[in-house]
Amino acid sequence: MSVAGFAFYVFALTVLAGGLFTVVSRNPVHSVLWLITAFIGATGLFVLLGAEFIAMLLMIVYVGAVAVLFLFVVMMLDVDFAELKAGMAQYMPIGLLVGVILLVELGMIFGTWATADGVEMMAAPVLGEVQNTEALGLLIYDDYLLLFQLAGLVLLVAMIGAIVLTMRHRRDIKRQNVVAQMQRDPKASIKMVDVKPGQGL
Amino acid sequence: MIGLEHYLGLAAALFVIGIFGLFLNRKNIIVLLMSIELILLSVNINLVAFSAYLGDLTGQIFTMFVLTVAAAEAAIGLAILVSFFRTRGSIAVEDVNVMKG
Repeated sequence: MSVAGFAFYVFALTVLAGGLFTVVSRNPVHSVLWLITAFIGATGLFVLLGAEFIAMLLMIVYVGAVAVLFLFVVMMLDVDFAELKAGMAQYMPIGLLVGVILLVELGMIFGTWATADGVEMMAAPVLGEVQNTEALGLLIYDDYLLLFQLAGLVLLVAMIGAIVLTMRHRRDIKRQNVVAQMQRDPKASIKMVDVKPGQGL
Repeated sequence: MIGLEHYLGLAAALFVIGIFGLFLNRKNIIVLLMSIELILLSVNINLVAFSAYLGDLTGQIFTMFVLTVAAAEAAIGLAILVSFFRTRGSIAVEDVNVMKG
């Protein structure tokens, strides 16, 4: 087996094990850590496929942001996870049934998969002399500019939505009032006192 | 180079694991969201594999869009989860019936 083939099987095993343990793990913190393992395995697969930019993006966005977000939420919320796991065995048979049926269906598709004759799927062919990242950049800013900007808008809306949903205004704490602070009159709040030596105030 | 079918099989297996997770963790919405992330990851693997084997970069562009939507979805989902936990003190999906008609 070639080195690339060996690496493929290692990464594929990492992804599958990570995914499986994410799902069956009893502790959600372990779930998140297994999810990170799965993402790192997928990163390796993408590097093997020659999609370096997507691989690094996956590392930064998924491992660096999404998984850490999950980790924060799991650790911040004081949830009784043992109670939530109680009905797990009950749903196991139906889950396995649906999973096996789906897997068989997908296997049947992949067994007979073929491209139709005369189909030219070359919307954006890979040019030999351009690097992956550069080619993606050229493509995004030429052909997919509108979609790219709209994706940014989706992220902006998600950010504002998340802030609006989670921000709460607590009334029982002391907070800074900037307007009152700036409009305060020094004459009303500062008093000059002539302190005699040796006497104190 | 490994054949395309290997990548497709891996993505299919990961997709099925994600679906399995949706059934298995019906009460724990955090793991539900993680299962959705796994499903989206399998879609990404499919897109990138086809992109690499057909020599067409469009698949990688769409992987980026899937990635964007996945990140936005995780952020919004977890924000809803946090605000729900504040009001109800629980994250059990079965308790989410306030809006029933």
